[in-house]
Amino acid sequence: MKVILDQDKCVGSGQCVLVAPEVFDQRDEDGIAVLLDPDPPAGRHAETREAARLCPALAIELADS
Amino acid sequence: MTETLPPHPPLAPEFPMARGCPFDPPPELRRIQHEAPVSRVTLWDGSTPWLITRYDDVRAVLADPRVSADIDRPGYPHSTEGSATRSSRVKLFITMDDPEHAAQRRLLTSDFMVKKMEALRPRIQEIVDGLIDDLLAGPRPADLVREFALPVPSLVICELLGVPYADRDFFHRLSKTLVSRETTAEQGAAAVAELTGYLGDLVDRKLADPGQDVLSRLATGQLGTGLMTREQIASMGLLLLVAGHETTANMIALGTVVLLENPEQLDRLRATDDPKVVANAVEELLRHLTIVHGGRRRVATEDLEVGGQLIRAGEGIIAASDIANRDGAAFPDPDALDLGREARHHVAFGYGVHQCLGQPLARVELQVVYSTLYRRVPTLALAKPVSELGFKHDMLVYGVHELPVTW
Ligand code: SF4
Repeated sequence: MKVILDQDKCVGSGQCVLVAPEVFDQRDEDGIAVLLDPDPPAGRHAETREAARLCPALAIELADS
Repeated sequence: MTETLPPHPPLAPEFPMARGCPFDPPPELRRIQHEAPVSRVTLWDGSTPWLITRYDDVRAVLADPRVSADIDRPGYPHSTEGSATRSSRVKLFITMDDPEHAAQRRLLTSDFMVKKMEALRPRIQEIVDGLIDDLLAGPRPADLVREFALPVPSLVICELLGVPYADRDFFHRLSKTLVSRETTAEQGAAAVAELTGYLGDLVDRKLADPGQDVLSRLATGQLGTGLMTREQIASMGLLLLVAGHETTANMIALGTVVLLENPEQLDRLRATDDPKVVANAVEELLRHLTIVHGGRRRVATEDLEVGGQLIRAGEGIIAASDIANRDGAAFPDPDALDLGREARHHVAFGYGVHQCLGQPLARVELQVVYSTLYRRVPTLALAKPVSELGFKHDMLVYGVHELPVTW
């Protein structure tokens, strides 16, 4: 799985950080999401998918790798 | 739940509609969701915007860039006369579109980020425990709204913003005026003027003597550097203050009523100290109650199709999050309150770029409250039957006006 995060779209809702804290974090300065792991291991796929589904700004895209 | 459906539904029924059960959305909304999920409704001013009732359609509309949240656009479905006439005053990011919206919102995203709200958890716990101590030491019955549900978010948002809690009677009163459907245009404008005047003075004081709070940061970072005007900061403060009060307070009070009415669900909260179980329960209560019950208001900027219906540029749209959160396609057995269900994808905080900025704060507050109050006051009970409670049908945010409880 490849994760693509569009920081320009992110509205800092923190949904991704809540469900997938190993994959996403928020920048201290402005609360915008940052990608910690662009290629999460199989064990984190479910929560990463959930983060993409919850993101209100459609800022998270997933691609198979 | 089965409802009796009206025999001859009007073509564009009046919105908002009357509730049946005080905890469920109006039965008429369920009928519309089944029979004509995207249909016209009639508002207070005679306008007939589109009402969107299905979960998938609501999310699609709220995330669609061809849909605007700009209250000044012709066709925008205003919820009250007050909102219609207030619109041309200083605009807030919740009524702007990108890129202006994003630029303004980003001034605040760091203040409400998950990490910071988590760091506040011990302080929120202290506030909640202190208020429960006071409640238990006071007379019975007590009004849980006044003694607990309102003070929790009020104290927290005051500390965050840097607003003196001692002035709470003043801004509680104005905040109430601003979320009441009964408020006239003049009353609304007067309340806004009074509150922005107060907050503007506060901004001046923060500029001279900044503290560790949001208003100080905006005063020194934005006003001091000429990026925002004093009135803009005061208006932003007003939004945060009102939103911070009216939503969480109602979730605490209304959530308590619904839990006391569903003792087996309440027991699940009392029985656990697992933060995950509590967090899940909070999401289900948010979904089930959806206290922002007037729908999310938008206007189409281009022609678009929603659920097979053509909506034309310039037509108003109301995305009804309350009935969307009771859509069986997204939530099996949608009317059941089930604290164990998976409900995180609810739209109680809205969806799209305008999704609630304060949601990480609301979550922590509600998690602390729901995991503390019923365990510390195990015999908590209503001091009045549910049928005698005053539900906030007249408010933009749903809840109870007062909640007499005993223990
Ligand atoms: S869920 Fe989306 S909008 Fe929210 S912080 Fe993550 S990337 Fe940003």
